[in-house]
Amino acid sequence: MKNVRFFAVLFAVLCLAALPAAGQKTPVLKIGINAEITGDIPKVGEATKYAAQMYVEDVNKAGGIEVGGKKYRLELAIEDNEAKAESAAKAATKLITVDEVIAIVGPQASKQAVPAGEVCNNYKTPMISGWSTNPNTTKDRPYVFRACFLDDFQGPALSIFASQEYKFTKAAVLYDVASDYPKGIAEFFKKDWEKRNGPGSVVAYESFTTKDTDFSSQLTKIINSGADFLFTPQYYNEVPLIVQQAKQLGWKKPILGSDSWASDELVKLCGKDCFGHFFVSHYASAGAKGATKEFIDRYKAKYGSIPDDVAALTWDAIGLIGAAIRNAGKLTGDIKKDREAVRNALAKTKDYPGITGTISFPPGSGDPIKCANIVKINDKGEFEFYKSVCP
Amino acid sequence: MTVFLQNLVNALQWGSFYALIAIGYSMVYSILMLFNFAHGDVFMTGAYIGCGIALLLVGLGSAGILVLPGWLVLVLTLLLAMVVTACLGMFIERVGYRPLRDAPRASAAITGLMIGIILETGNLILLGAQRVKFPALIQPVTYELGGVFVTNQKIMIVIVALGLALALHQFIRRTRWGMAMRAMAFDYAVVPLMGVPINRIAALTFALGSGLAAAAGILFGMAYPVLDPYMGIVFGWKSFVAAILGGRGSILGATLAGFLLGFIEIFVAMVFPSTLRDFIAYSIILLILVFRPYGLFGEPYSVRLRL
Repeated sequence: MKNVRFFAVLFAVLCLAALPAAGQKTPVLKIGINAEITGDIPKVGEATKYAAQMYVEDVNKAGGIEVGGKKYRLELAIEDNEAKAESAAKAATKLITVDEVIAIVGPQASKQAVPAGEVCNNYKTPMISGWSTNPNTTKDRPYVFRACFLDDFQGPALSIFASQEYKFTKAAVLYDVASDYPKGIAEFFKKDWEKRNGPGSVVAYESFTTKDTDFSSQLTKIINSGADFLFTPQYYNEVPLIVQQAKQLGWKKPILGSDSWASDELVKLCGKDCFGHFFVSHYASAGAKGATKEFIDRYKAKYGSIPDDVAALTWDAIGLIGAAIRNAGKLTGDIKKDREAVRNALAKTKDYPGITGTISFPPGSGDPIKCANIVKINDKGEFEFYKSVCP
Repeated sequence: MTVFLQNLVNALQWGSFYALIAIGYSMVYSILMLFNFAHGDVFMTGAYIGCGIALLLVGLGSAGILVLPGWLVLVLTLLLAMVVTACLGMFIERVGYRPLRDAPRASAAITGLMIGIILETGNLILLGAQRVKFPALIQPVTYELGGVFVTNQKIMIVIVALGLALALHQFIRRTRWGMAMRAMAFDYAVVPLMGVPINRIAALTFALGSGLAAAAGILFGMAYPVLDPYMGIVFGWKSFVAAILGGRGSILGATLAGFLLGFIEIFVAMVFPSTLRDFIAYSIILLILVFRPYGLFGEPYSVRLRL
């Protein structure tokens, strides 16, 4: 009995002794996670945490991250921003001043990412949001980046897809004139399409207002305009009505949409009528190939669920930071200088092979140039990766 | 020409909903001299009740307990939902309007608004904000006639709407209850002296109006199978416009004005850019009212229930 106690004590002492020793062998770099773990969108926080943890485990298993010939272990400092704007700013401040992180991933939603970006920029700490599409998140903030494309890019992406894939020349657009998101995308699409196919190549440019349910008159016009396809950047609750009415009026050509289509609800509401149509997305789980598929399989094996777009974008966001740390040259140990070095390396990112597309940051901007994924709604009603479109 | 005919078909369907809802507004007005502003939300509730009954019957069918063909499910859904919504209408009348019958008109008017909000938010609490899909009870079949596309649904919607309007017309013209309603519309104060039970007639009026709104809701669900709790608001306003345009208290007027409204909306979008649709459509209606201030079938200072 006495022996057991002796060994237990000895073991404990050894463990305590080993801890700092291990720390000394490989120094630690901390990456902050500012995520929506509680509050309205807990799924977003969960996906963020899971993807980031998986990345850090990978890096540490490989012996850490190598910068200037020296290896560093990665550690996460996770803060919950409760899906609130004030808490996001507080979480960012704590990560920067107390945890002394080298860079921060998140927040994901624009409501939190905009104020947190302000804090990070003031403290000159690199921050990257996976999911936030609001232009203000990165606007005039040299320290703030994002891993996703902006709404405006979706119009040109579809325009490229329709011209290249099908050699279409005549487009029809149906959008909600009273809602910013569809209106913006429709306008960007029209501009790009007319640049490619000449003025007048958008043969029908029809609109309605929010809450409208009958589009028969607009669709009759579109059908008689001789358009090759219909582009409708609407939300998942309006798309089923548009698609079904178009079908009932005799429309048999493709219908294209924006990332607002991407909801499980779409297939529930629309059923078979939506099968075979396309939309732009950050990421699609079905039909993924290469590194994306590997990520999906590993994530599923580890956490038991298919990663959503937040998880995939977080994976790319933290991957971008990892790559930037690697490319930072040499870390001095002075956290302020090191943050500066990481931010400079991040801003110079070129052709980073992300799982949501190849990512580059243009000079002076935190908004990436990346390829968009065209997703097809397949015969099982799944969102299947179809093609990558690059600007 | 095919574009014109196609839009004619579109407008017939669209007008059917306005017509059915406008009749409810008009009837209540002719009898109680007030507009039931909750009527648009009764339409919404009717659609949800119909959706619930349809899902239940479809569920029973797929469980093998009660296998019915699609058309019979639809008929049952229509009838049951109309009855349930009629009861809701009577309940609204009993709780919201009867206690306020001698109150100032403004009080009764805001009662309708409040009941409407209660129905919307109640639905939101009960079912949440996500949209509900109305089950496809009959498989849509598209017919092409010389470039004009018509579905079996569209034909059914127009026929059911016209049939219900006609049935109501006959009910009011031929039955004793109908006679009592006409009498009450003629003189609200004297009729009780003749032994007409005005409370029961008022309840009946609400029941009939709400039943028609439920029918409109189900037909709407067939044509536009995505339901949301606020779908009745704008629809209610526009049908209210149709009721006024038809001439207050006129059933024939409300029906025709409902279709007219559908035609104007669809054809304005055909001729002008669709962004201007409602702007131009309702300017036209304003113009009609300037020249016919009592509506198409209305008469000055008369609120008689006309046929």
